[in-house]
Amino acid sequence: MQRVEKQKTTIPFWRDERILGVLGQAIFVFVVLFVGWLIYQNMKAGLAKQGITLSYSFLKGISGFDIAESLFAYNRSSSYWQAYLAGLLNTLSVSIVGVIFATILGVVLGVARLSTNFIINRLAAFYLELIRNLSLLVFLIFWYLGVFLKLPLVNEAIIWPGDIILSNRGVGIPWGIPTASFPTFRLILLAGFIFALIVFFSLLAYSRRTGRAPLTSLWTLAAFLLVGLTGWFALPEKPLVLDLPFVKGLNLSGGKILSPEFMALTSGLVLYTSAFIGEVVRAGIVSVSKGQVEASRALGLNGFQTLRLIVFPQAMRVIIPPLTSQYLNLIKNSSLAIAVGYPDVFYVSNTIQNQTGRAVEMISMVMLTYLIFSLITSVFMNWYNQKIKLVER
Amino acid sequence: MTAMKPTLPPLTERSNVLRWLRRNLFGSWMDALLTILGALIVYWVVKGFLTWALVTADWRVVAANMRLLMIGQYPIAQAYRLWIGLAFLMFLSGNSLGIWARQSRFGPVLLLAPALLALLPFGAEPRKWLIILTVTGLAGWGLGLLRPEVLKRSVIAGWVISLPIFILLTRGFSESASGFMPAVQTNLWGGLLLTFLLTVVGILFSFPIGVLLALGRRSELPVIRLASVGYIELVRGVPLITILFMAQLMLPLFLPPNVTIDRVLRAMVGITLFSAAYLAENVRGGLQAIPKGQFEAAHALGLNGAQTMIFIILPQALRLIIPILVGQFIAVFKDTALVAIVGLLDLVGIARTVLAQPEFLGRQREVYAFISLIYWLLSYGMSYLSQQLEERLGVGKR
Repeated sequence: MQRVEKQKTTIPFWRDERILGVLGQAIFVFVVLFVGWLIYQNMKAGLAKQGITLSYSFLKGISGFDIAESLFAYNRSSSYWQAYLAGLLNTLSVSIVGVIFATILGVVLGVARLSTNFIINRLAAFYLELIRNLSLLVFLIFWYLGVFLKLPLVNEAIIWPGDIILSNRGVGIPWGIPTASFPTFRLILLAGFIFALIVFFSLLAYSRRTGRAPLTSLWTLAAFLLVGLTGWFALPEKPLVLDLPFVKGLNLSGGKILSPEFMALTSGLVLYTSAFIGEVVRAGIVSVSKGQVEASRALGLNGFQTLRLIVFPQAMRVIIPPLTSQYLNLIKNSSLAIAVGYPDVFYVSNTIQNQTGRAVEMISMVMLTYLIFSLITSVFMNWYNQKIKLVER
Repeated sequence: MTAMKPTLPPLTERSNVLRWLRRNLFGSWMDALLTILGALIVYWVVKGFLTWALVTADWRVVAANMRLLMIGQYPIAQAYRLWIGLAFLMFLSGNSLGIWARQSRFGPVLLLAPALLALLPFGAEPRKWLIILTVTGLAGWGLGLLRPEVLKRSVIAGWVISLPIFILLTRGFSESASGFMPAVQTNLWGGLLLTFLLTVVGILFSFPIGVLLALGRRSELPVIRLASVGYIELVRGVPLITILFMAQLMLPLFLPPNVTIDRVLRAMVGITLFSAAYLAENVRGGLQAIPKGQFEAAHALGLNGAQTMIFIILPQALRLIIPILVGQFIAVFKDTALVAIVGLLDLVGIARTVLAQPEFLGRQREVYAFISLIYWLLSYGMSYLSQQLEERLGVGKR
């Protein structure tokens, strides 16, 4: 007791960093809690004035509004909860389609940007500079109002080779219709997937054991295709029949009809994000020093092997982290669907909120949804990044 | 004359149109194919674009609505206040360019831009003001060239007070309509003016918050660190539009019933809170790049924690991330377009009003192309300026 007091006298407590730290944090927590409490009280009072108490039970009620496109059977007698789910699935489908196409286009752009061919190089550079300085919202609106709604009327629709119909009612593309044997085919595909996994892991084990580098992804894909194609041709009835779109009266019919809203949103997101991905890919390839390529050539690897075994793995390390944030950006930017009228999760929740006046509930729900998306994507990408990371001594 | 003749490269390396073509365009069959494909794309795009821009498009919709696009429904009788504010900014820009960027060719071009714009078919009033802008800009430039040392401090002071002055001019003073500079309510602010104000306010206010958050994230105090990480990750995980909606719908609920804030201010709060989280991550990147020795040296010199940060670490860290910060500022500028979704009449929001005019129905392409052009020019200009600034500050050369 005596000694503690002595120490206190040597360093007065208002200058002891540890005590100050604890004290500061305590004050911080107190202020945050107090402000939070104030906000909560204000909110409760404000909502009480509108006759609302915070609760999510309204989600079970009947929505009474239509959603233009939904991946499952939804109508106006479905519940708010189902409406939200329909919007969520729409967000997911836009995000997945967008990520796939933006990656492909982005890689092409990144490589083109490094091409020694003058025209290709300049063209890619021009595209990147053009897109990266535009506002995404304006870009999306332009695609919607300026391009897809300005397509000709259905009876004057443009027909592209491959039976693609372009009209202001949407874009029709050929699509497969499942037949009676489709469920069996699905099982065969599952078997093919398992077979491909087996091939993948045995090749991985083989390469660990021998130190060779087999074309793992290629063989895995080949295994999957082998089973799939065998199933396709072995089944007595083809599991899918091709359905071509056609003009029927004032509408498109058959095939798959992609609405102008969907087309505007995805093409805008893809073109915009691909410019950023292109820059990421370019930076990744440039980051692999020339000495690596020269050394690998000196070891006798050919051009393709150099690319596959030396350049690509090293470039990936640089590419993955910024690529992740571009994917996340695309997912978050898909919420701009509201500007083109595509019923994604944000648009639907906005409709629900307008109908019910439940702003706090809906906004918190949407935020949580996007947070979960972000979390899942970054967990997956972190796992992948961990896997390909440089193992240092 | 002992001056050396420049050594010419060997004959085989000298430039020559044919050789250049072969090396850059027709190196191999594949290359030739790509070249032809590329040339076709260029031809098709350029032809399509020029045909549309010069023949098909009807630009009268833009010309007739220029004022609406620039300042929204801001009363025309008060527009001179905005011009005065702009002239002040122009003077400061010219002055700064004269003091710090005397060799740059970019300066005079920037200063002459308004006069060049005056050649376009505007009314007499804007034309007069555009020329005044150039004159004040050039005056500032000249003064900066003549008396750089004397003016340095006053220019910095001028920039510091420029935003309050501009907002004060925009807002006005007297509440009665007949008084001196009658107040213009924020619901009349619109067009590029609103976009500009949202951007500048968002950037300026998010900067200190972002720096504090970045420091908080690196703090050794667990509660502070946790709170900073929580805030940053939460905001970065959701789209801006949800935050803007929250600011519009929930902010009034959070405040006591007797406090009201208008819609423009709510959007500003939303943008600031959003941008701060991203800025914090950028600043953190800069802080991480500062070697530990700098902290130790500062402590050895007897500086305390706050002094170390303010005088030693932050100046270096911020200098390192200038390009990233400019990128962030450009992102904020582009993101302000989203306020159109919550119903504000910024550049994008006002476009809807323009397109609703019966005589200009169906002119979406022209209007949105023009708005895109404005965004593009300003974004590109900012990134160009940042490259110049980077060179001047010697980022990456020290």
